Amino acid sequence: MPKRTDLSHVLVIGSGPIVIGQAAEFDYSGTQACRVLREEGLRVSLVNSNPATIMTDPEFADSTYIEPVTPEFLEQVIAAERPDALLATLGGQTALNAAVELDRSGVLDKYGVELIGADIEAIQRGEDRQKFKDIVRQAGGDVPRSAVCWTMDEVRDCVAELGLPVVIRPAFTMGGRGSGMAHTREDLERMAAYGLSESPVSEVLVEESVLGWKEYELELMRDHRDNVVVVCSIENVDAMGVHTGDSVTVAPSMTLTDREYQNMRDVGIDVLREVGVDTGGCNIQFAIHPETGRMVVIEMNPRVSRSSALASKATGFPIAKIAAKLAIGYSLDEIPNDITGETPASFEPTLDYVVVKVPRFAFEKFPGADPALTTTMKSVGEAMSVGRSFTEALGKALRSTETRALGFWTQPDPEGVTLADTLEALRTPHDGRLYTVERALRWGATIEQVCEASWIDPWFVDQIQSLVELREEITEAPVLDEALLLGAKRFGVSDRQIAALRPELAGEDGVRALRHRLGVRPVFKTVDTCAAEFAARTPYHYSAYESDPAAESEVIAQHDKPKALILGSGPNRIGQGIEFDYSCVHATLALREAGYETVMINCNPETVSTDYDTSDRLYFEPLTFEDVLEVVHAEQESGTLAAVIVQLGGQTPLSLSKRLADAGVPVVGTSPDAIHLAEERGAFGEVLEAAGLPAPKYGTATSFEGAQRIADDVGYPVLVRPSYVLGGRGMEIVYDAAHLASYISRATEVSPEYPVLVDRFLDDAIEIDVDALYDGEELYLGGVMEHIEEAGVHSGDSSCALPPITLGRADLERVRASTEAIAKGVGVRGLLNVQYALAGDVLYVLEANPRASRTAPFVSKATGVPLAKAAALIMTGSSVADLRASGVLRAWGDGGTLPADAPIAVKEAVLPFHRFRTPEGHGVDSLLGPEMKSTGEVMGVDAAFGMAFAKSQVAAYGPLPTSGTVFVSVANRDKRALIFPVKRLADLGFEVLATSGTAEVLRRNGVPCTVVRKYSTPEGEHPAAAADGSEEEAPNIVEIILDGGVDMIINTPYGNSGPRIDGYEIRTAAVSRDVPCITTVQGAGAAVHGIEASIRGDIGVQSLQRLQAAMAASAESAAAAAGVAAPAARGRQA
Amino acid sequence: MSRQTFRVNTGGGTPAALVLEDGSVFRGLGYGATGRTFGEVVFCTGMTGYQETLTDPSYHKQIVVQTAPQIGNTGWNDEDDESSRIWVAGYAVRDPARVPSNWRSARSLETELERRGVVGIAQLDTRTLTRHIREHGAMRAGVFSGAEVGTTEQMLARVAESPAMTGADLAGEVTTAEPYVVRPDGPVRYRVAAVDMGIKSNTPRMMARRGIEVHVLPATATLDEVLAVEPHGVFLSNGPGDPATTTHVTELTRHVLQRQVPLFGICFGNQILGRALGLGTYKMRYGHRGMNIPVMDTATRRIAITAQNHGFALEGEPGARFDSPYGAATVSHYCPNDGTVEGVRCLDVPAFSVQYHPEAAAGPHDAAVLFDEFVSLMEGAS
Repeated sequence: MPKRTDLSHVLVIGSGPIVIGQAAEFDYSGTQACRVLREEGLRVSLVNSNPATIMTDPEFADSTYIEPVTPEFLEQVIAAERPDALLATLGGQTALNAAVELDRSGVLDKYGVELIGADIEAIQRGEDRQKFKDIVRQAGGDVPRSAVCWTMDEVRDCVAELGLPVVIRPAFTMGGRGSGMAHTREDLERMAAYGLSESPVSEVLVEESVLGWKEYELELMRDHRDNVVVVCSIENVDAMGVHTGDSVTVAPSMTLTDREYQNMRDVGIDVLREVGVDTGGCNIQFAIHPETGRMVVIEMNPRVSRSSALASKATGFPIAKIAAKLAIGYSLDEIPNDITGETPASFEPTLDYVVVKVPRFAFEKFPGADPALTTTMKSVGEAMSVGRSFTEALGKALRSTETRALGFWTQPDPEGVTLADTLEALRTPHDGRLYTVERALRWGATIEQVCEASWIDPWFVDQIQSLVELREEITEAPVLDEALLLGAKRFGVSDRQIAALRPELAGEDGVRALRHRLGVRPVFKTVDTCAAEFAARTPYHYSAYESDPAAESEVIAQHDKPKALILGSGPNRIGQGIEFDYSCVHATLALREAGYETVMINCNPETVSTDYDTSDRLYFEPLTFEDVLEVVHAEQESGTLAAVIVQLGGQTPLSLSKRLADAGVPVVGTSPDAIHLAEERGAFGEVLEAAGLPAPKYGTATSFEGAQRIADDVGYPVLVRPSYVLGGRGMEIVYDAAHLASYISRATEVSPEYPVLVDRFLDDAIEIDVDALYDGEELYLGGVMEHIEEAGVHSGDSSCALPPITLGRADLERVRASTEAIAKGVGVRGLLNVQYALAGDVLYVLEANPRASRTAPFVSKATGVPLAKAAALIMTGSSVADLRASGVLRAWGDGGTLPADAPIAVKEAVLPFHRFRTPEGHGVDSLLGPEMKSTGEVMGVDAAFGMAFAKSQVAAYGPLPTSGTVFVSVANRDKRALIFPVKRLADLGFEVLATSGTAEVLRRNGVPCTVVRKYSTPEGEHPAAAADGSEEEAPNIVEIILDGGVDMIINTPYGNSGPRIDGYEIRTAAVSRDVPCITTVQGAGAAVHGIEASIRGDIGVQSLQRLQAAMAASAESAAAAAGVAAPAARGRQA
Repeated sequence: MSRQTFRVNTGGGTPAALVLEDGSVFRGLGYGATGRTFGEVVFCTGMTGYQETLTDPSYHKQIVVQTAPQIGNTGWNDEDDESSRIWVAGYAVRDPARVPSNWRSARSLETELERRGVVGIAQLDTRTLTRHIREHGAMRAGVFSGAEVGTTEQMLARVAESPAMTGADLAGEVTTAEPYVVRPDGPVRYRVAAVDMGIKSNTPRMMARRGIEVHVLPATATLDEVLAVEPHGVFLSNGPGDPATTTHVTELTRHVLQRQVPLFGICFGNQILGRALGLGTYKMRYGHRGMNIPVMDTATRRIAITAQNHGFALEGEPGARFDSPYGAATVSHYCPNDGTVEGVRCLDVPAFSVQYHPEAAAGPHDAAVLFDEFVSLMEGAS
């Protein structure tokens, strides 16, 4: 059956902010869906609160709502747009849960909206663990033995039968949140209680342990004619017990015979049919006992998932795109396979390469968090690589993750560690465990020993053993000849790794020179879904080393158009996320339109940039100097490479800038020398001095005494940044000499080798973030954002408002002048981000980054101007004036002169604290500081600040309370500032709880409040308890929070002294109960605004297209009023 | 499980070359037995099931290029052979496993290749080779390893002397010498005479599971020998070679159709039935060899993902009806990738056949229902 004719308008739901377990892959899937639906002539409305996504670009949907993905807001959008159908299977668990809720509450019926691509009952059958197990059995499959429990007693009874260890899995949580393996009674009590509290339906599954079994996944697709295909099989190198998102995985499966694989395929298809997945994609996970071969089905996701994105990139089969087409009525055989162009999508991709995915973690950001890998996902991103062998793909994947060790052997082995320790360490899955495997083998462990300790399959262990043997050959060979070099490259070993083993070769550059002299270069193969059976039309390439002299490269020559190469941003991590992918995608769109053939390099499978039809050519390659240089070579051989863009993918490509330019690569935009001017503190200081711009005083210390002297000189508080981190956070704000001493002794080491930066910290300053474009002559202020938190909180974790809510015209003019001076002084061509602190009427420059910033997409959405596109065009030679004329930029004015009626956009950061626990099972501290910790962001936009802020909170954390109890405990220096907001809350009807010191101040100011016992106050010493003389012990505040007695917390940190422990316990309790917890004075003020707006209930929804049209109209009338002709309008007419 | 000595760098190992009759040379290292071998070079895109592939008689006299790069990972077991021996003439893979890993594995693939004297080559660029075959067609080739590696001219001359696939009558070389019977699981519901032109072990097994007693007969079986079984149905197996040469079985098939004994053919058997019905066959450029190939049933418009292994095909248009000496017939199945005929069905006599492998092994089980259809056909006839 072809496309349905009864659908004309589809609402697509996105997945909201990037969080652990739900990342950029849903921007990729949602963007594909929007594209497909519009190509099919349907009207598309979209809801997603995440501004850093491509899908929320106004040109990807007819109506784009950057609103919270909650049933309340979705209902408003449905009421406004009246779509025929809702597509929710491409927005992760968030979208699916929202759709289920809309169905349950009758909203879909009320507005006559059909849920397409999913069936509510099938979703429930797939997600209700007990129902699912029954279905698997009906379908002839096997499952681990288990029981569903709703109380702790039931859990205990069940474990009496199954024995320990058992797996605890809460129902309806995302990314395995709250699940884990209980090995002991104590584990069981703690984890089951936590699981019950995490599950929205207070339900956990207690299950027979399949720890150590081999783990597999199948990605399947079904159409409405009941045709089913398996798109991809994925094998986890880490055995069962590690969340698949945290495992090293490989596609296709490596250690299954056809009998076992087909059995898995049969069971998978039968389960899919039995569950009744309507149309679309689905993911099923299996475990196989390594000795008996018993296969059990673990779980299924009846929607597009993270693994679907990986499978799509691994095979070239675009699951989300096909799912969208199936949802509107097509069958698989009616959909062409884009890559071959000739064959249909009703087939199963076959691979003639190996794909390896390696997760990327961020434990260094969460001191105290347990780094052991479990069934709860903890990684923040991933890198994928493609090679012609497992070792080749593994080597590329390891260097793609951009951890300190870029592959084996590049870091010295740890000292004082024995083989026995190493084997013992293998028993606990951890970040970088394959490095530990390699070391164990190299130190003499047998394959059997490593398998026994790690449960990693012997085939994978032997692959690493082969690398150990190769290492010996490389180390011992008298000279590195062509054969050995080629052999090493076939095994995925980088020049840098070889250089580490052969110091006489003068480093990586020496190895590369030798390799090129011997003619050892990679060929480029194609991901084509069919192992070369059919010709591929899509240039989706990966590098491989072949020793066969007949080996051919598949890069096609093209000499008609100049080529522009864009370097992507690599795996998502904290501080470098989807925002940079957004900018890279914009560059490719803009440059293609400008007549370039665009070429993308990236290694992140979650992204839109690695979709094969985003750029004209795609290279799925690590973003290391070596790998990029080989792509550059291939592109130069096959045409004219005119421009290489390093400024949009964040720090990763930027850091390659100088070496690429030195190697003669045509890097465009801000020159490497200019980048150096901005990044090197001394040089930047000179730029500022020349321009007469003030910056906070700072110094570099190489001893503790030196640090003290600098601190005394610049004045406390100071921001201390060590260059070597022992553990604990990388930087800290220090308020006095004692604190400085304790921090330095606790957290770092100061020596000439490891200097420490000491900066004057501007207390009570307003932080301002600016994104601007500069072409060498004219500055275009993209946007000026005012941070809601004071300076000191990392800008990535701070919420901010645009236009700035408290800055006056004079402040803005100062910001503009300073930004222009910096852009000119540094020599920027393209985007520039500057951070300022406004303190005591002085505008201090904190730092400047001559590249696309994290905020570029937010600013673009808030102002309706595509900054990254403009940047790409400026880098390739356009001027701001040209772009004003062509309509890319506003004809008149800029982001610093937004019309008075411009809506307020608020960006809020989303933090992952609830994902982490200490090894003892406690929560981790949620305090914000100078180290960035957020994984993603949301945007709230409305006519006034309060409403916009309220939306941002709903989107990030859930609604702010409109009544109930608020607990307040703040540092002395914050007490004065908090009186007003807390009084306002009391006036709005909130009950106020406070610790004694805070309560005293509040009472004196006429705010009624109840004193509660601090966590650190010994029992019986509680003043209230003493006063009323009651025998009964009053609970302390942490207990009250854990009991659900508090609806919101305002708690600002006290520095580093005693009460700090209270703050820690309070905040972790808040995290575990999901209670909004505000840790800054400014945040509290904003929250009160938001609460007032919520109580008034006048928060509506508005599409981005309408907001931007209104803004453009205002700007045009302002321009007309100023007597300026609008060249943009002329350009459009022309 | 003893570890193979396999030097990782290309300096070690036995040199080897795969030479195509058009003069292309691919170089790698010897794998399996050392020596030389000749055959038609074809590529197989299956990612699993090398053991079944190597023991599939349809690969007789072919040098199989495995497009999946990591081969041998699950070793070799004593259960998954599809016949009594390895049939491929030669084996070309990119990266063989050093250590097999599977709970059923009894020895390594390389040990098995050596034991059975199969000359192979590893570490050549299988993708470039596959692309070459795709563009230039399956052709004669030779694998040379160790002392057999000579100059390109020498090796090419030897390849030129080897026989071509077109016109090759190979069924006689792979068929069973003596008839044998495969008993059903449970009581005998039907008897089937299966003409072995290269039958795989799983085929009688699939029928046995459905209560069929399978009498496997040599390809030279006469009509009388077939009828002596008192069959409820006749089965035509898969097999290697050019169907145009198998005139005896085609003639036999005509008699079976004449007598309206239910008939089911697969692969080579599909080509035989088609020829018996008057259709022509032709050699495809590079054939279908893999387990991801879609087949459309023109009646139901549903897709099956199938295992295939054929270099010849029937002429015909998808869905076309045609007249045969045995009444009307139709092209019942086709491959949406390229429109190849994948099945024919007689409308007036109980006979049908498919070009693919419902017994799979290796491959997906989507088409297993065809054996049930055969049972229904026999049910209807009795």
